[in-house]
Amino acid sequence: MEFGIRTAFYIGKIPITETVVNTWIIMAVMISFAIAGGRRFRNAAPDADLGRFGLVTEILVDGLDRFIASIMGQKAASFGPYMATLFSFLLLANLSGLIGFRPPTADLNTTLAFASISFILIQGTALRSKGIVGYFKGFFEPMAFLFPLNVISEIATPISLSFRLFGSMVGGMIIMSLLYRVVPILIPAPLHIYFDIFSGILQAFIFTMLTMVFISNAG
Amino acid sequence: MDEMLLAKAIVLGASAIGAGIAMIAGIGPGVGQGIAAGYGAQAVGRQPDASDRIIQAMLLGQAVAETTGIYSLVIALILLFANPLLRLLS
Repeated sequence: MEFGIRTAFYIGKIPITETVVNTWIIMAVMISFAIAGGRRFRNAAPDADLGRFGLVTEILVDGLDRFIASIMGQKAASFGPYMATLFSFLLLANLSGLIGFRPPTADLNTTLAFASISFILIQGTALRSKGIVGYFKGFFEPMAFLFPLNVISEIATPISLSFRLFGSMVGGMIIMSLLYRVVPILIPAPLHIYFDIFSGILQAFIFTMLTMVFISNAG
Repeated sequence: MDEMLLAKAIVLGASAIGAGIAMIAGIGPGVGQGIAAGYGAQAVGRQPDASDRIIQAMLLGQAVAETTGIYSLVIALILLFANPLLRLLS
């Protein structure tokens, strides 16, 4: 049984894995959607008819904006675009398992990269709002000997964020492929609803929401 | 050569048992998430207007509670597919 990540091709000596290729495809989809959707709104009159596609774009952007504002408050203005991008990328990545891709999020490299970005954002926000002295003082609170525990709890954040997403995606993938080996037809189909659609949407939502909550708490 | 094979078989068998035992940790998050969902349902029943916020808080708590289960899953996956113990033999 092999669930490892296959190498698609090599550029020189650098291996390009399935994950990277699938990420490129999702990026292309997202970028073309953003360009096609954004073009309709540029120079459009306020009462212009934007068509069905423009309406869908507006609903998506507006819904994401409102959801982010409900959690982050006034910080939503600066972090909103990143959070919306993060959520849409993770959503497309998790759902890409439905059309036979290996989800890019079923690779620890992807999830750890996103978790590292979240970690830097959290620490940067804390540093900016508390100042350098207050930031380092925060590690010695409530008592000085708790310093190692505070450091561990900060480092545990990106690790648990990344492993949560990775573990649930790769776990679902492995269960599905074991099931396909036992009963190749009919039975596995409804289980995709749980493992790909439900779990995928929920994990994308949770990753984004935890990042937002941690950033809001940091500063 | 035979001894090597035997040692490998023992390590593989023990790893499979270890992976199974690691997944016992799944009980914890299951119980915890169930309790959270129960109280969430209760809160929605009491205040149906606030259901959006309640469900958000519930999912957030459940996601954090899930972490231990995911750690055990990762340990089980490492034991099954990227066994570090086999490398010690050679």
